[in-house]
Amino acid sequence: MLNSSLQQLGSALRARKISSVELTQLYLDRITALNPALNAYVTTNTETSLAQSRAADVLLASGNAKPLTGIPIAQKDIFCAKGWRTTCGSKMLANFVAPYDAHVIEQFNNAGAVNLGKTNMDEFAMGSSNETSYFGVVKNPWDQNAVPGGSSGGAACAVAARLCAAATGTDTGGSIRQPAALCGISGIKPTYGTVSRYGMIAFASSLDQAGPMARSAEDLALLLNVMTGFDPRDSTSLQRDKEDYVRDLNKPLVGLRIGLPKEFFAVGLAQDVAGCVNAAIAEYKKLGATIVDISLPNSKLAVPVYYVLAPAEASSNLSRYDGVRYGYRAPEYSDLTEMYEKSRAQGFGEEVKRRIMIGTYVLSHGYYDAYYLQAQKIRRLIAQDFADAFKQCDVIMGPTSPSTAFNLGEKCDDPVQMYLSDIYTIAVNLAGLPGMSIPAGFGSNARPVGLQIIGNYFAEAQMLNVAYQYQQATDSHNRAPQNIGL
Amino acid sequence: MEWEIVIGLEVHTQLSTNSKIFSGASTTYGAEPNTQADAVSIALPGVLPVLNKGAVERAIKFGLAVGAHIAPRSVFARKNYFYPDLPKGYQISQFDLPVVGQGALTIQVEPLSGSGKPTSTSSGQAYEKVVRITRAHLEEDAGKSIHGITHIVTEDGNRITTENGDYLITEDSFPRENVSGIDLNRAGTPLLEIVSEPDMRSAVEAVAYAKTLHSLVRWIGICDGNMQEGSFRCDANVSVRRPGEPLGTRREIKNLNSFKFMQQAIDYEVQWQIDTLENGGKIHQATVLFDSDKCETRMMRSKEEAHDYRYFPDPDLLPLDITPAMLEQVRATLPESQQAKQMRYVKLGISGEDANILTASREMAEFFDATLASLLKKGVGTLITPETPSAEIYAARLSNWLIGEVSAQLNRDGLDMAQCPITPQQLGGILKRIADGTISNAGAKEVFRTTWVEQRNFDVQFTDVSAAFSVERVDAIIEAKGLKQVSDSGAIEKIVDEIIAANPAQVADYRSGKDKVFGFFVGLAMKASKGKANPAQLNDVLKKKLAG
Amino acid sequence: MSLTNADVQKVARLARLAMTEAEIESARSQLSGIFDLIAEMQAVDTKGITPMSHAQDLSQRLREDKVTEADQRELFQSIAPQVEAGLYLVPQVIE
Repeated sequence: MLNSSLQQLGSALRARKISSVELTQLYLDRITALNPALNAYVTTNTETSLAQSRAADVLLASGNAKPLTGIPIAQKDIFCAKGWRTTCGSKMLANFVAPYDAHVIEQFNNAGAVNLGKTNMDEFAMGSSNETSYFGVVKNPWDQNAVPGGSSGGAACAVAARLCAAATGTDTGGSIRQPAALCGISGIKPTYGTVSRYGMIAFASSLDQAGPMARSAEDLALLLNVMTGFDPRDSTSLQRDKEDYVRDLNKPLVGLRIGLPKEFFAVGLAQDVAGCVNAAIAEYKKLGATIVDISLPNSKLAVPVYYVLAPAEASSNLSRYDGVRYGYRAPEYSDLTEMYEKSRAQGFGEEVKRRIMIGTYVLSHGYYDAYYLQAQKIRRLIAQDFADAFKQCDVIMGPTSPSTAFNLGEKCDDPVQMYLSDIYTIAVNLAGLPGMSIPAGFGSNARPVGLQIIGNYFAEAQMLNVAYQYQQATDSHNRAPQNIGL
Repeated sequence: MEWEIVIGLEVHTQLSTNSKIFSGASTTYGAEPNTQADAVSIALPGVLPVLNKGAVERAIKFGLAVGAHIAPRSVFARKNYFYPDLPKGYQISQFDLPVVGQGALTIQVEPLSGSGKPTSTSSGQAYEKVVRITRAHLEEDAGKSIHGITHIVTEDGNRITTENGDYLITEDSFPRENVSGIDLNRAGTPLLEIVSEPDMRSAVEAVAYAKTLHSLVRWIGICDGNMQEGSFRCDANVSVRRPGEPLGTRREIKNLNSFKFMQQAIDYEVQWQIDTLENGGKIHQATVLFDSDKCETRMMRSKEEAHDYRYFPDPDLLPLDITPAMLEQVRATLPESQQAKQMRYVKLGISGEDANILTASREMAEFFDATLASLLKKGVGTLITPETPSAEIYAARLSNWLIGEVSAQLNRDGLDMAQCPITPQQLGGILKRIADGTISNAGAKEVFRTTWVEQRNFDVQFTDVSAAFSVERVDAIIEAKGLKQVSDSGAIEKIVDEIIAANPAQVADYRSGKDKVFGFFVGLAMKASKGKANPAQLNDVLKKKLAG
Repeated sequence: MSLTNADVQKVARLARLAMTEAEIESARSQLSGIFDLIAEMQAVDTKGITPMSHAQDLSQRLREDKVTEADQRELFQSIAPQVEAGLYLVPQVIE
């Protein structure tokens, strides 16, 4: 049951071979047993989850079930869910009970899915190792000395450790793809604007995008069917016809042109990761794909550009946390300014404060043109690189992360090294393109390696097809960590 | 040596939309605190702004009315600063790409009568001046900080009165010292900030500009203009210089919420700047508040620290593109301008003074236009010109009725024009019946009063709404009250014949040249007809018969 | 690029973040390292390039001017640090 696909679980539920209550209880029991060590979840709410699963069972019995009805899903703690504590990994919101549902939560509720709990994450999604969470580090289930990646580290851990059927994540600079790679699961960040940001706590508004995390491309397609869709409450939500992301899974890959950017295979890429990625590409050749050498000349600037734009937007987005209407307020202060300064200093963690400082600086008087405006111009150059590349190829492939999961604490004191772990993922967010990561074997330390697949705008169905065909031919996505009680 | 005064105004007009600029919360004034503060207004984590079409349309309307360039693409930016009434920690505004570009407003400057200080007046003559408008941009209003508590109303023990209005309180522990209360009902109300060039040279010119602008925004229906409620708030940038020299350092007077205070504040500020400079001092750029009790300006403490607003394009909002089609749609909803209406009324034979009264409010002018169109059997919304046959005959009479009878009745009932119970069709019907001789002027006034009362109580009198508002109702009242004049020439001749036969002495007097006796015959004939004889017709018949 | 402690202090003040002397010093050295990384982009010639604010070149959608939100004050203020009489309370605001 724990290794079943969502399709199989749905069939079992609809055939009444198992009830949603039983399935939910199964996962809740596993969370009770394993979460103290892994720390994947920040909040569970047994009563609420079971109530949802009972409602799903009624729906299942009536024959009106949808594909995900009754399936327990873990929600990243960045999505507001009415009545659920929603912390965004921060002390600032440690007691914040959301008074409304995010669009993503609504979509899952409407599909009859069960909210199994809120997963741990880097504070306000700022981090690549899940070590900035106020609620403690998350362990990589493959090796508990290793980080799970971030910021959707709790979600990746929960999926890999079979603590949920599937999970949601968000990706501003790689926060779905990098933890997916480091935890040996699949994750997709769709085209910017495909999934509504309404109710998703903002980090960098022009880059943030939600997406599913699961054990296979097939599962991702089913989840994407639920998560996507136009939402009038988000001005950047795209008005497009609803797509069925399952439709192209079985297409053969003969003639597929895979672009390999030389910049993704240059100095800085670990040998073992390169080996796995090359092996995966060899597999694609067997499936009929052809390889095109491409270049993304400005992609090397993606990290600096990102660390101007994302902190700039974040510094402004996080100004609402002032201790006035909700969230943390310092216990002692002598006047208004001190209330602001202490509440924010005590409520935010180090990394969040660091990024607020960067963002405040680059927007401040006299620096705007040199930093913010220059970064926005290079952002266009980076997007243009991709546009040129997609004239020569259908998808772009490369490593998701330059190395396998690093050790807990290894990069904590060196923000620059930490930032560089997103070197291959960030450009995709800047361009607004869809990107995904799928498991592609294991590195020399037996930690998972991820293969990144980048598609053109709205090419999610094609990317899922490309990933699915690989997963039909290989089995690394089916591997499970040891010591997770299977 | 002379000083030249230089004034520019920034005016915040609250746009009269139903909902807020970026959310569906109500904008109604005076609600209990924070009951109109929705998730967007209080900036809950995860909420997002979506732009209100009504706000954009009103901004375009203003731009068209001042002949400004409407930007085909404008951009919303975030202005970042911390303040408790600014829930997001930034205000969504427009910065380098505003929706309305350069325009102009023509103002009439009347000389100040009486007590104005010498610095206020430019000359003793009324004159016209064009003030350039730099730009106008859309932005959201902030909430209100409740402080500066003036007194507690003790009758019911649970209301506090502050400079910002009345608030219900539930515990007597509030207000307390050193605490402010935040009400976010106003947060997110759409504003159009209208910025002028520093073209004004006196407080009188500044007030004239502000008044003209105030009148315009109400005329085109984008702002209710209620200054007590803060719907129209002015900031004045004031500096002085020697003529011909570059601009002096300016100080900004914030939140001038009446024309009187504007005049006083600028007068004080100008005198202060001149005194300071003449005493060898320097003016430093500053933001000041006007204290209307002490009649002086003082520095704002909260603005002492230099601000760095860190403007950048709001990533939650896409560029606002205004298509030519949208522009034309809005243009079609623009009313005829106040000036154009006045000129047209004068051409219809109405005095300049009466034309001014009729166009003092758009409601009155539109009532006039609708009634005239109805009288002349033209479609609703037709603007009547002297070319329309009979236009001038009706226009003068209608003008008299509106300024006289209708205004008086509104006054008596404490109503304004928008609440006028009589419809233009009904008033038109009454005037028509005067013109065609059906009723006399006196009869018309009775029909008018009866209709008025019926309309005010129409809920209880009529079940059929269309019957209540129809012209037919006017005729029914004439019928029911027996006010119809006798215009049957046979009947009138019969009466006249009888009178002549019964008063031979007076007939002889008249025929010998005593014209005054004519009135005697009119009186008798009217009495005999119970006042219903058509006076004009009666005159004709009498004259003919008396002539013998 | 090297920032001064005064730069850091000014930014912390703008961002309303209380910082001790020691925190300012440590932030200065870390931020300097990050700005060295960021400096890589400053050599790029971007003359004539239009800045890119959004992933897609689209226009803002407009909402009909309708009231859609009901009063939820009680729910919203149930999570507020300090409220009274329906108002959010803060230390005295000085104008």
